[in-house]
Amino acid sequence: MKTALLLGAGSDVAKATARLLALDAWQLFLADRDKSIADTLARDLEIRGAPRAEGFLFDALDTPSHRAFYQSLPTPPDLVIVFFGYMADQAAAEQDFNLARKMIDINYTGAVSILEIVAADFSARRHGDIIAFSSCAGDRGRQSNYIYGSAKAALSAYLSGLRNRLARSNVHVMTVKPGFMRTAMTAHLQLPPALTASPEQAAKDTIKAFQRRKNVVYIRWMWRWIMLIVRSIPESIFKRLSM
Amino acid sequence: MKTKISNWGLYPCVEADVRRVMHPDDARAAISQARHVIPRGLGRCYGDSALSETILETDRYNLFLDFDPKLGIVRCQAGVSLEDILNALVPRGWFLPVTPGTKFVTIGGAIAADVHGKSSGSFCDYVTSITLLKANGDIVTCSPTENRELFDTTRGGMGLTGLIIEASLRLIPVETAYIREETVRCRDLDEVMGLFDNMGKWTYSVAWIDCVARGKNMGRSVMMRGEHARAGDLTHPRQRRAPLHPRSLPKLDVPIMAPNFALNNWSVHAFNMAYYYKCPPGTHEHIVDYDAFFYPLDFVNNWNRIYGRRGFTQYQFLLPMETSYEGLPVLLERISSCGLGSFLAVLKKFGPHQSFISFPSPGYFLALDFPITSNLFALLDDFDKLVLKYGGRLYLAKDVRMKPDMFFQGYPNARAFCERIRQWDPEAKFQSLQSRRLLIHQPPTKDLP
Repeated sequence: MKTALLLGAGSDVAKATARLLALDAWQLFLADRDKSIADTLARDLEIRGAPRAEGFLFDALDTPSHRAFYQSLPTPPDLVIVFFGYMADQAAAEQDFNLARKMIDINYTGAVSILEIVAADFSARRHGDIIAFSSCAGDRGRQSNYIYGSAKAALSAYLSGLRNRLARSNVHVMTVKPGFMRTAMTAHLQLPPALTASPEQAAKDTIKAFQRRKNVVYIRWMWRWIMLIVRSIPESIFKRLSM
Repeated sequence: MKTKISNWGLYPCVEADVRRVMHPDDARAAISQARHVIPRGLGRCYGDSALSETILETDRYNLFLDFDPKLGIVRCQAGVSLEDILNALVPRGWFLPVTPGTKFVTIGGAIAADVHGKSSGSFCDYVTSITLLKANGDIVTCSPTENRELFDTTRGGMGLTGLIIEASLRLIPVETAYIREETVRCRDLDEVMGLFDNMGKWTYSVAWIDCVARGKNMGRSVMMRGEHARAGDLTHPRQRRAPLHPRSLPKLDVPIMAPNFALNNWSVHAFNMAYYYKCPPGTHEHIVDYDAFFYPLDFVNNWNRIYGRRGFTQYQFLLPMETSYEGLPVLLERISSCGLGSFLAVLKKFGPHQSFISFPSPGYFLALDFPITSNLFALLDDFDKLVLKYGGRLYLAKDVRMKPDMFFQGYPNARAFCERIRQWDPEAKFQSLQSRRLLIHQPPTKDLP
């Protein structure tokens, strides 16, 4: 039976993705820093069709606990998806380094810590798939959110290297780069509806790309072209913009 | 956040502060900060029942909490949709005992409107408990045996007793996901009413009726009756191999608003004629999956857009058994002569049923869509007079223009309903544009009905 481990299961996109996986009869391990949320989700998913679903405690910031956590799983997973992330207000993070560090530690360090453990396991078994949620914000640092953006840029580079390393072990790594998504993380923002994906749409796009073995998928598709344009603006002009 | 929002009829469109509920505390915060709130699920009511200055959006509050596979009782948060329940539990051999014509409604909405469909009975006949957040912030459980008054007032209470948080629903066991459907083409109103009176063992029945046909064709209709197919009824090899997993077809979409002139008298007349004659004469039986039988319109996303930007409303009235045979032909004559043709008109007979404030009651009901034009409301006021004359009433979940009179005279418990609402919510925190229009929150005076 195929098993998926969802890290950061309490996020809106994780919930939507888990529901699609449940319909497809995946066994689900739901890990979140709030175990009661993970347990409630597990019950929900079992009713929705997952042959088995279980909740686990996992804190991206608590890196020393990651190895014990992974070894505590009842069976080694076939698919690991990193959903967890954290976006603080840019202006606040410029003033308070703790917020900046939290963004770096959750979005980058925490992901590196757990994924190295997963990578070792998957390459030894020569089996497995990894999906991780980075962001379009990592494609270029912009004055409005560069601390978050740089953490995601680091994650994207890490995933690219990991993809390269694990390719020879028959393990696939997919980077997901959402543009705008209508989730709890962006609830306070006014986003243009035509460019903003719902969690359900993001989950569908992710699963479809996963089934097609894509390396990098943008959510939604038009963001690939938007970021292509953003990336090609010469630096001498870009540094004067207020994007 | 302030957004422009409307319900299924696309009229009225108002600006409201929409607050997403992911936890009862979100609702408590909204209630304390706002003058008036109303819960909203998937916005499938046609008018203003789920519109207010502040709207509590519940469609993401949608976890399944528990399922008892022996009794078929499912417990879930109020934002779970009927589609969610079907997707999760049909494969396990369970079905909704009552379902409206769309599966895109939430449990909360289904309870608040006490929806009905092709079966006899209404949704809340199978609801075993409701957990409600009242205006004062208290969370209360009610059921047919506990807090009975609150249960009776919440069923069909259009969200005015508070925010439904969780509910338990008793499902019915089925062997397959398919329905044995029988269609009968009927020449006129007498023939279709005769069929309704001789229903036999059929669990499900509804008639599509041509409301623009006149003279001897008045009331020509297509009756559709159905029964859950047993495993032995299935003939197609694919169905026999996976009786609880019908193939899901890709959906169509109406991606843009149609121009207002698209639906006019001529196009409606042409459609009605084509629909009637497409059904072969006589009686025919076939096996269809539950989506095709119960939710034919759900195949087309955003089908409400074909009515254009002006929006539309549905006039759904019920006449009690005692006056149906006299009143229906009179109303049908009036409707067909008014020249504001509606298609997709639906006729159904309701059997014995009792409730405090819900729409269903023994008798015949007719539902008609009308695009909103300048002369429509005056016409519907005329229909109201006729419906009242025959002792009938209108369905609140479809209404957008009924006057208080029509509500108070149509529903025998209307006054008692208002008293209970005032008792539990003295500040009238839970208030919709509809409840305000119907003067539900006004204390009785000599001027009010």
